[in-house]
Order: sequence, then structure tokens, then C-alpha cells
Amino acid sequence: MSPQAWHHRESYTFDRNVIAEIRRAANTGIYRIRGWGAKRELPTFDDLVFLGASMSRYPLEGYREACATDLVIGEGRAERPVRLAIPITIAGMSFGSLSAQAKEALGRGATAAGTSTTTGDGGMTAEERGHSETLVCQYLPSRYGMNPDDLRRADAIEVVVGQGAKPGGGGMLMGQKINERVAEMRTLPEGIDQRSACRHPDWTGPDDLMIKIIELREIVDWQVPIYVKVGAARPYYDACLAIKAGADAIVVDGMQGGTAATQDVFIEHVGIPTIAAVPESVRALKELGVHREVKLIAAGGIRSGADVAKAIALGADAVSLGTAALIAIGDNDPALDEQYRELGSAAGFWEDFQAGNDPAGITTQEPELASRLDPELAGRRLANYLQVLTLELQTLARANGKSHVHNLEPEDLAALTVEAAAMARVPLAGTEWIPGSP
Amino acid sequence: MTTSIDLSQATLRELNKRLHETEEGHFVVRNPRGAHAIAVGMTTPVTVDVEGSVGYFCAGMNMAGTVRVDGNAGTGLAENIMSGLVRITGNATMSAGATGHGGLVVIEGNAGARCGISMKGVDIVVGGSVGHMSAFMAQAGNLVVLGDADRDLGDSIYEAEVFVRGKVASLGSDCVEKEMTPPHLDTLSRLLEAAALPAGTMSAEPSDFRLYGSARELYNFHVDDVDAAAAAKGRP
Ligand SMILES: Cc1cc2nc3c(=O)[nH]c(=O)nc-3n(C[C@H](O)[C@H](O)[C@H](O)COP(=O)(O)O)c2cc1C
Repeated sequence: MSPQAWHHRESYTFDRNVIAEIRRAANTGIYRIRGWGAKRELPTFDDLVFLGASMSRYPLEGYREACATDLVIGEGRAERPVRLAIPITIAGMSFGSLSAQAKEALGRGATAAGTSTTTGDGGMTAEERGHSETLVCQYLPSRYGMNPDDLRRADAIEVVVGQGAKPGGGGMLMGQKINERVAEMRTLPEGIDQRSACRHPDWTGPDDLMIKIIELREIVDWQVPIYVKVGAARPYYDACLAIKAGADAIVVDGMQGGTAATQDVFIEHVGIPTIAAVPESVRALKELGVHREVKLIAAGGIRSGADVAKAIALGADAVSLGTAALIAIGDNDPALDEQYRELGSAAGFWEDFQAGNDPAGITTQEPELASRLDPELAGRRLANYLQVLTLELQTLARANGKSHVHNLEPEDLAALTVEAAAMARVPLAGTEWIPGSP
Repeated sequence: MTTSIDLSQATLRELNKRLHETEEGHFVVRNPRGAHAIAVGMTTPVTVDVEGSVGYFCAGMNMAGTVRVDGNAGTGLAENIMSGLVRITGNATMSAGATGHGGLVVIEGNAGARCGISMKGVDIVVGGSVGHMSAFMAQAGNLVVLGDADRDLGDSIYEAEVFVRGKVASLGSDCVEKEMTPPHLDTLSRLLEAAALPAGTMSAEPSDFRLYGSARELYNFHVDDVDAAAAAKGRP
């Protein structure tokens, strides 16, 4: 090492990101608000591996033997249960945070792949209803644009208690994105920096939630399933209480889950990672005897078929994608690098979903920018991506000898780190050791 | 024609299904006994008279219907009402009229905490007093209170307007008293008339009320820019 290197030694404690943030805070006097999810290193599904087939487990043939991927949610309670061809759904992302074109693209892609998409804070748009065969309508604390006709038009209702990026925080939408249409849908003055409510206005706690779910079921005449979405905070208790309240599905969103706009301090420091949240939720489902009956949908940092397969092996019934779906339809496209640089970022790094100036036309309400996104082509990209995830998921399931992806189980997994072994409750690779188990 | 439904015999599902399938007419609900979710999700101009007190979310998300409760109501009376009329003769618990987008809610007695929370266009008239944090984050519509308002009235309020005849224990963040103009007095007269409160309470005159609304100071973040100030001074 040249002696000069010591003059350029970067502090681990005060690295460039930390210094930049201190300078930014000193200049503006306001906390950092941004989109995307946690960016720091976290335990993830990459810390788990599948064991594959061996003398005692035989694999299935890739093209010849069936490996089913279908899923039904709400059977037995809802008149019209949700039927999905694949256990990979598109997560709730609001119109407002996303352009109408982006919402349409998500609807087209999900529909082509045989899965559902979800509304978000701010209400349901005609674009997404029209292009989504199966549309989950979120029921959020803010109740912006909450129209009971939309609940009746939906294929499922998702009561949002929290989000992984910010368990305990409400949505944010900065003034640049509150244009006339968004303002009208949300009954807000144009251009305000909107901070959504973080708590439902007419119920608190699980006993109230039980009554709220009855009310929602009565309003839609028991037609569609009811999901409850929670940020990964105390997943064991949250899952127990959601089950008791009568949910047909629980969506648990890990701390690395994406967001449209939240305080950076919230994104990076509140909640637990997805890999830790799934086994805790499954423990609740099993203890209450409803595992695989009340469905578990895991979200937060799902990128590949391997992530999907591992979440399912740990006991989830499906996963939900936010950030990855946005990337698939063109977010952070390297072809737009120059334009991202003009905004002080670069392709692959851009996270200012709150700013409303997305050159890809996805997280914006500027008509000129939004019109750059071709919903038909973007929808095709999403459908292709979902197909790849499904093929990867099936590849891994077959390798472990499973004729349905839901037959994957924790016994098919090993952990590469002690942390992952402890959180996922699977043995450290090459051992039978699960930290914390007797 | 009046149809009578007795909740000591019929189930909640039977009641609401019947209401959802009916285009017009008059229903009487007997023996509600505090049941939750009575007459929720109505979409037609049907009138429902409930003989007794109700539980949570009575007349929730009402569109076009008229629901009259002779008694008290639990949490979330007429939550997210879109249009139509909901009236109770007694008191309402928390979050009455929460997030309502339209229509009229009349509470002849008192309302508990967070009455009109997050309201988005509904009009609410309360013959008695309202609990703390009423009109919290209220976005649009009018809350009229003939009695007193407990502390933190209108906290983080947006464009809704709150008229109070009695004492206000305290105003919440960003809520201030505003000047009552002739259009405000007109709105108030119209609402008092529409509410048709029973004689006695009805002696209220619009001029007896004070108006509260948003100071609009929380609408945008305050963002400094020391770098720009430094550049203007020719400093780094
Ligand atoms: C642009 C954007 C907008 C979002 N809007 C909402 C929303 O309105 N409601 C909600 O419950 N979650 C919202 N989320 C969170 C997603 O539903 C989902 O939980 C999260 O994106 C999953 O993590 P992932 O991004 O790592 O896939 C949003 C996420 C993004 C990226």
C-alpha cells in the first residue's frame, strides 16, 4: 500500500454517506425524505440455500413433471375467493406516488401473468381497475379517495395496518406530486406536503379490527376476501391478532420493503428483516392451526425466484413485489443514466421517488414525464419478469422433489450464516445446529 | 310500505342483505341491542328506523340512505358516509362521522372523542358537546357543535370548517379562530335548518357561534438553504 493511502483512509464511522447526510441536514434543517427501501446491509434470503435432491429425496423432471404454482385466498368465507396462477403478487403502490401509466403497466403485467395487483393510498383509478383482472383494494388509515363503490368493485380488500419501510408511519406525498387530479382524489389542497395518517381513524387494536372486518364483509356482501397488511414489527403477535380478527390473508412486509416517500431514519431503523418476519408469522399460523388456510404473503426485498422459493419454504403462501416490479417496468434504467445524473444521482442509485421528476415516467405526476412510459411495453416487461420468477421458483421446487411449490418446507433449506440460521430457524449448513433451539 | 326486521330473530347478514337489495322503502329495525355494522353500505334511498341503541359503525359508508337511530351509537357512526342522512337521538361514541365524504350526520346528544376525524366533505351537526381531538386532520366539510368542544379541537386541520357555540377547551396544532363571514353564516343557517334539532336546542342562532379552521402553517415543510445564502455572500 502506498504511504499516501493513509491520507485517504475513509472512516468506517463517518463514511462518505454519513458526511453527505450531515452536510445535507446542516444545509436544509429537514430530515431526509426519500423513496426505495433500506439500503444498508441486512440479513436476506441470500443467506439461505436449498439442499436439493439426494439419495433420500428425488427430483422431478424439469419439463415433464408438473410443478403447480396456483393459490386460492379466502375460500370458505368469501363468495368469490381470489384465484392466482402464481404465488407472486404486485404490492400496493398508490396512484399519486406512481403515474397512471405505471399503474396501468402493473395491471397489464400482473394480469398477463395470472396474478393480482393492488391499489394504494389515494384511491382506485379507472386505469388500474380496467387493466387488472384481479385487483386488491387497500383500506388505509388516511382513507384518501375511499369510495365504497371501489370496495364493491375490488376482488379483495387489504386493511393496511403498516408497511415494512415504516411500521408506525403514515404515507407521505410531497407537494410536487399533488397535482389537480391527485388533490381532488384525496380532497386536499394542491401542492401541500401531505403526511397521511398513521393510524386508522375509527378503530384501534385487534378487537376493533374484528368488528371492522365484519363491517367490510357486510358492505361487500361477503363477496371478497379480506387481507390485513402489517409492517414486520412484532410478526408473531400481529399474525395471531390478525387471525383472531378474521383475516383471510396476512401480508407481512419486512423492513427492506420499498416506499414512495418516507423519512430515511424510518426506512433504515424501524422494523425487522423479511427473513426474520416470515418464520415468526408462520409460528403464529401453526399455533392457531390455520397454516396454509389463512394465507401468508411475504414482502420486502423479493427480487428473484430464489427469494420467492425461500419465502415459501419458510411457510409463506405467496410473496408481493414493489421495488422489483418498478425496476422491471423501467425504474433506474441505465439508458436514462444521463438524466438521472442531471438530478444528482445515477441509474441504479436513484431513490427520489418523492421528487416527482422521474425520467422513467413511473414515480411522477408530470404529464410529459409520465407519457414516456408505454404501459403496453412496460406491462410486457413485467409479465416476462414474473414468468422468470415463476420458472426459477419451479426449478427450485422440482430440484427438491416438489410437485407443488407449496410443498417446499424448511427442511429443504440450510443457512450460510449463524444469524440467518437463528432468524429463519433452519440449521447452519453442514450442521444440525439451529441457534436457540434445544 | 314499512318492513319490520327484528334482530332478536333475524341475523345481521339478513338485515344488510335485505337493505342492499331494496331500491326504496321504509324499514324498522327492532331489538338492535347494540349490534355492530347495522345498515352499513347502503346505496339506495331507503329509510331505516332503528329502535334502540347500536354498536360500532352503524350506517358505515352510507350512500343515499337515511338511517335514524332512536338511541345511542358506538364507535364510528356513519364512518365514511358518502351521501344521505344519518341521525341519532342520543349520544355517539368515538369517531362519529370519521372520514365522511358527503351527506349529513346529526347527533342530537353529545359526541365523544375525534368526532369528524379526517372528515372529507361530510356535514356533522352535534346538538350537545364533542370530545377531545374532534375534527382531527379534517379535510373538508363542516362540523357544527351547539355545546362545547374538548381540548385540541381541529388538530392538524386542513380545509374543513368548525363552528362551535360553547366553550373550546383548547385548539390543536395549526387550528385558529377565523372571521365569520356572511357565506359562513349562510352555511351555518342552512345546516342548522337541515339538522332540524328538537325544540330547545334549536334556539341556536348562527351569530352565537365562532368559526375555527386551518392556519395552513403545516401545509408545507420549511426547508432552509444555507448553501444558497452562502453563495449570495460569496462564501463557500
Ligand atoms: C412507490 C411505492 C409506493 C408504495 N405505496 C404503498 C401504499 O400506498 N400502500 C402500501 O401499503 N404500501 C405501499 N408501498 C409498499 C409496497 O406495498 C410493498 O410493501 C413494498 O414495496 C414491498 O417491498 P419491496 O419494494 O422490497 O418489494 C409502496 C412501495 C413503493 C415502492
